[in-house]
Amino acid sequence: MDQPVKISIDNLTKVFYKKNNSVTAIQNITLNVEEGEFVCIVGPSGCGKTTLLRILADLEQPSSGTFSIESDTDFRPLQSMVFQEKGVIPWLTVEENVAFGLNMRHLPKEFVRKQTNYYLKKVGLTKFSKLYPKELSGGMKQRISIARAFANDPEILLMDEPFAALDEQNKFILQEELLSIWSETKKTVIFITHSIDEALLLSDRIVLMSAQPGEIVEEIKVPLPRPRTMEQVRANLEMAEQFIAIWNHLQQEVQKSRK
Amino acid sequence: MHEEKEGKLYNPYEMEQQEWKKRQVKERGKQLLTIISPIFILLLWEICSRTGVLDIRFFPPPSAIVSTFFELMTSGLLWTHISVSLYRIAAGFLLGVIPGIIIGLLMGLYAPIRHFISPIVMAFMPIPTLALLPIIIILFGIGDFSKVVTIAGSVFFPVVINTVAGVLNIEKVHLDVAKNYGASPTDFFLRIAFPGALPVMLEGIQMGQAIALLTIVAAEMMGATSGIGYLIWTSYKAFMLKEMFVGLILISFFGFMFSLLLRGLQRKIIPWR
Repeated sequence: MDQPVKISIDNLTKVFYKKNNSVTAIQNITLNVEEGEFVCIVGPSGCGKTTLLRILADLEQPSSGTFSIESDTDFRPLQSMVFQEKGVIPWLTVEENVAFGLNMRHLPKEFVRKQTNYYLKKVGLTKFSKLYPKELSGGMKQRISIARAFANDPEILLMDEPFAALDEQNKFILQEELLSIWSETKKTVIFITHSIDEALLLSDRIVLMSAQPGEIVEEIKVPLPRPRTMEQVRANLEMAEQFIAIWNHLQQEVQKSRK
Repeated sequence: MHEEKEGKLYNPYEMEQQEWKKRQVKERGKQLLTIISPIFILLLWEICSRTGVLDIRFFPPPSAIVSTFFELMTSGLLWTHISVSLYRIAAGFLLGVIPGIIIGLLMGLYAPIRHFISPIVMAFMPIPTLALLPIIIILFGIGDFSKVVTIAGSVFFPVVINTVAGVLNIEKVHLDVAKNYGASPTDFFLRIAFPGALPVMLEGIQMGQAIALLTIVAAEMMGATSGIGYLIWTSYKAFMLKEMFVGLILISFFGFMFSLLLRGLQRKIIPWR
């Protein structure tokens, strides 16, 4: 566990200001993520987890505080994001969607083709490469999103509840597929979810956030050996206790935010 | 699974097959109705004007109109009118659509441009281009170009407004994707803004096409010496109603053809819809 620090987040705060009315989405977030670590951020809805991710993705500017992503090469982009359900671009074919990041960087055609085909195969979409997303199911679309992010080969991956809109069975399947692709590349991942099961299955460390303003209240290591399966997580007694502990925390937070 | 019903043997598969066939027959029936309806109207018209229910002086029977059409066609006169009008429509259409798309995209993408141009568009839009025809004639003369400008003017507005709406309707997450994956301004324009705005933009172009036809006829009635509108107007004034009807039916025919053409085009350029 003594990997170098890949992402260091220092005192990030984001305030949304509207007509004399301000909302503090996140407050004083300080977090270090190690190289190759898979971190899940779990919190009640509206706790600013997405805001945190959007700041890391350079889609939102922090009100104060800084963060940095370590990089030792110019070739890789710093980060790529896997968006929630609608992130696939409908007017690009499956193949063009997966190649999107690579094409935006204007890399050599041959390299783009190889990289795209590799990840299309990884997520089982080779047969559908020429189709438009409208012809695919929700699960297939999220596979495109995942392939697009991995194909871009960034320093770190950011995932914003990518499986939230899927049905339970598809969710399990995609979670295990994600783990298998991830274990090959060992990318550093920050994954946002509100599903405790998902966090326990995927992550090395779970970061719990409080309701508005979003602050880090607890960090939980998940020592379960990899490769993991959903069955193992469900059958493991320690994990069951963790589940209940996290659940209790979330309930408290929800109660607090109601008062 | 077989089931005995009124002494006959049914199975679910056959039942559904029968149902499917019935639905197919119904579908075909509906298509038939669509084809029959114009024929029915023409027949009714023919019968009414031949039996004197309709005054034959004002409503000549379709058969007479058709023969007038062929007479005009062989004399070459009609062909001149048609080609002149089609040229004006095509040129005016392009002259309205192309700036409409460009200005619409710029307005959609850049808020300052949108805020600056919007009031100008809003101010000019309610004025029918036809009401500006006198000014257009003063500026551009009574030649072809003034008709082209008139059409361009009326096509421009629906295209601009729909293009802006098209850009503004692009899902925010697609803009985020483009930004997150490092799209350059050019790539953003070509890969996200333009294709994203295309469906709504094409609806504006469809509207523009319909307006172009409305405009050409009226524009040719004032200060023109040729064209389908001119044919309709002079035939009416000379009480040559058969010739007038030829003009009217031609307009209807071209309107129909253009919509079919654009709809076909739409399917071609937005296969992802």
